[in-house]
Amino acid sequence: MLDKVTKQKLVVIGNGMAGIRTVEALLERAPDLYDITVFGSEPYGNYNRILLSPVLAGEKSVDDIMLNTLDWYEDNNITLRKGETISMIDRRTCEVVTEAGERVPYDRLLIATGSNPIMLPLPGKELPGVIGFRDIYDVDRMIKASTDYRNAVVIGGGLLGLEAANGLMKRGMNVTVVHLLDTLMERQLDPVAGGLLRKSLEERGMVFKMPAQTQAILGEDRVTGVRFGDGTELAADLVVMAVGIRPNFELAKKAGLYCERGIVVSDTMQTYDGRIYAVGECVQHRRQTYGLVAPLFDQAKVCANHLAMKGFATYDGSVTSTKLKVTGIDLFSAGDFAPGPDKEEIVLQDANRGVYKRIILKDKKIVGAVLYGDTIDGPWYFQHLRDGTDVSHMRERLVFGAANLGDGGVSGQNSVAAMSDETEICGCNGVCKGAIVKAISEKKLFTLDDVRAHTKASSSCGSCTGLVEQVLAFTLGGDYSAAPKVKPLCKCTDHSHDDVRRVIVEQQLKTIPAVMRFMEWKTLNGCHSCRPALNYYLLATWPGEYRDDQQSRFINERVHANIQKDGTYSVVPRMWGGVTTPSELRAIADVAEKFNIPTVKVTGGQRIDLLGVKKEDLPAVWADLNDAGMVSGHAYAKGLRTVKTCVGSEWCRFGTQDSTGLGIKLEKFMWGSWTPAKVKLGVSGCPRNCAEATCKDVGVVCVDSGYEIHFAGAAGLHIKGTEYLAKVETEDETLEVIVALTQLYREEGWYLERMYKWCDRVGLEQIRKRVVDDIANRKALFARFAHSQQFAQTDPWAERASRGVDRNEFAPLAELELA
Amino acid sequence: MTSWIEIGALDDIPRLGSRVVRTPGGNIAVFRTESDEVFALDDRCPHKGGPLSQGIVHNKRVTCPLHNFVIELANGQAVAPDEGCTHTHPAKVENGVVWLSLRQAAAVS
Repeated sequence: MLDKVTKQKLVVIGNGMAGIRTVEALLERAPDLYDITVFGSEPYGNYNRILLSPVLAGEKSVDDIMLNTLDWYEDNNITLRKGETISMIDRRTCEVVTEAGERVPYDRLLIATGSNPIMLPLPGKELPGVIGFRDIYDVDRMIKASTDYRNAVVIGGGLLGLEAANGLMKRGMNVTVVHLLDTLMERQLDPVAGGLLRKSLEERGMVFKMPAQTQAILGEDRVTGVRFGDGTELAADLVVMAVGIRPNFELAKKAGLYCERGIVVSDTMQTYDGRIYAVGECVQHRRQTYGLVAPLFDQAKVCANHLAMKGFATYDGSVTSTKLKVTGIDLFSAGDFAPGPDKEEIVLQDANRGVYKRIILKDKKIVGAVLYGDTIDGPWYFQHLRDGTDVSHMRERLVFGAANLGDGGVSGQNSVAAMSDETEICGCNGVCKGAIVKAISEKKLFTLDDVRAHTKASSSCGSCTGLVEQVLAFTLGGDYSAAPKVKPLCKCTDHSHDDVRRVIVEQQLKTIPAVMRFMEWKTLNGCHSCRPALNYYLLATWPGEYRDDQQSRFINERVHANIQKDGTYSVVPRMWGGVTTPSELRAIADVAEKFNIPTVKVTGGQRIDLLGVKKEDLPAVWADLNDAGMVSGHAYAKGLRTVKTCVGSEWCRFGTQDSTGLGIKLEKFMWGSWTPAKVKLGVSGCPRNCAEATCKDVGVVCVDSGYEIHFAGAAGLHIKGTEYLAKVETEDETLEVIVALTQLYREEGWYLERMYKWCDRVGLEQIRKRVVDDIANRKALFARFAHSQQFAQTDPWAERASRGVDRNEFAPLAELELA
Repeated sequence: MTSWIEIGALDDIPRLGSRVVRTPGGNIAVFRTESDEVFALDDRCPHKGGPLSQGIVHNKRVTCPLHNFVIELANGQAVAPDEGCTHTHPAKVENGVVWLSLRQAAAVS
């Protein structure tokens, strides 16, 4: 094959999770670039090392944890040389040398040699019965020992040690854990949580000797016991050393690559030799080494990006979280929780319930979290930790978790572990816990996206995302669920929303193909997620200049009506401020009768919805409504929807201001504007708040002395009261602040990100500073909005009903009779 | 034998878009890709019957507007892990004119 000859050669040393994940990511990006050879010293395909503990505990089999079967290598034309160890890298000739002396050339080399268990240099460490805990071979030996012997000693009270101890105990051995310090898992837990953990493990029968230093391993032909620093001895038929891992970089070091505690790599995962990349536990990046899975996956992505010659991704380090994989014990830890002078702590301790939570804050942000007994909010805290969210506005309720902030969705169900398999997790798509667990185990799913694709759970409204992440964590054991720190816009790119918005401005990109070309989109025309997003970003960035791409609009925005389940549409004319007239109502009634519209319904936004309109009737329906003076209500738009008002001072005996009039003024100024997601307004004439303004995207509550402006509320998937933004004295000022706020959101919001999520992300204070305090900036924002409205305030219905815009859209191409 | 029916001009279908052809056997969605290939499929998503003609077209795929099933235009298959298949019909472009061949109609007549 000619291909084989011309392709570059990629050699991978190490057939573990990091190396193979990189290869997988590379195949996604550039399937035909390399001729790939993988060397692995173990006699298996790639398996999930993290799940060795459940295998040891008898909860999973070796087959369950296989990630890539031998068929996978064959299907992808990868040469797997299992059971073969590389003994030397010859950088001069660009070859690796196998133990048998064979020389294999490479153009690019990927080192993913992982790590080795640290074996303490104790007398007797080479005795039979003394083992580490690292691979399937070790697990097999432990399982074998558990059938032949009774007493086991595990040296090391960290994550790995406790999981090994738990597994051996489950297999019927008497297990003593020896730990040098007086806190278990001291790298992840504080003394209180460590104590709670010790207590519940003791209740299960585990014995602890700590603090204690092991001095010697005793025995002649086989281990018989352990002696400690204080002179005491303990009988043992099996000693497992689980004191830690050490990056395995001997090979790299021998080849002259610069190593410290690991192979030192740059942000592009390159070693000091540009042809040689390294990922996983064997590397040291910005002085850090990692022993968890999530960072390996982040590194693999970046490395694959460069191997595929895309050349833009960088690895900035990872924040990690840990969950102990001991069934029945809920423990979660993330970030940095060592006490410090500039850190503040929020602690909740409920001894009877066995719950302990400690959240560590620094500069208004979460920097660490330790949870014991109730870990349901682990992923939620972790998300805020990684995103660096300013949490000061929710500080007083923070420790009670997401559900208490009204952020936990509508289901009210929150603890996944306690749920039965039949419990419905995704209400939109009717997916039960059991189905998700089954898909994760059988289809080897790792990420939220995988679960969404295979089960549809969390793929519609997303309010169950937290629960699905928990099911992932619960099924896989913790450190997988972590979504990438910077979320790519969609699967067609590695770039984030912010990157895309920034580059559009910096590079003056003015069409969707231009953005895709410049930012090296991975797909030909993007997809249904990114095209509408790009269309909005270009429209919002270049008003009057960018030509709206109808084919990149979701159908509702393309035909200016809402598609229904049977393929018909619904039509909602605008009713300014919720006020209508007899003649408008008469016209609506006439239209409904003339076109046999089956359902006429009053909406929650004070308007009337005509449901069940056939697509080809839309232009004629609009023409009749236009004739009666009505225009599109944009009920389908990621744009200004309704302005709900109460009757205010004009009629109400309590009204303090003309809320109806102000609502109409706002709507007349803002209609037609496109925004990242829908925007709903409310104006109430007094604090009794009949227009329910305090759960809208923007709400005004009139008071005797002026106007209170609130924003970032929601009453849908999430129930959230608004944040108070400012109080002003006049209607004009109210309009100016609200318009400026909306413009800032238009310029910074991510597509489909509602205003309350945007506020959560950038912070209330930041927004207030730029919209309220900085008056010059407010006026500039206002002017930009006003400029863009020149091009936006054309009634899309009139264009289509009487000016022939998009005529083809509403008529069939042809009608065929029976042949 | 395939009998071809002329259904209209290629330019009457937007690039990365679709038009509907009405037939006694139901609507057929005719898609035009960026590179001016045309594909004809029954206008029904295998998932819940959504009108595929109303979806966003990307490369040689369309996303159903109702629940985001992605369908391959060439063979009507749902993109994995989704499952299901929509009936396809032969379609071609000659000198800017789009031709369609109706499998079902042929069977009926």
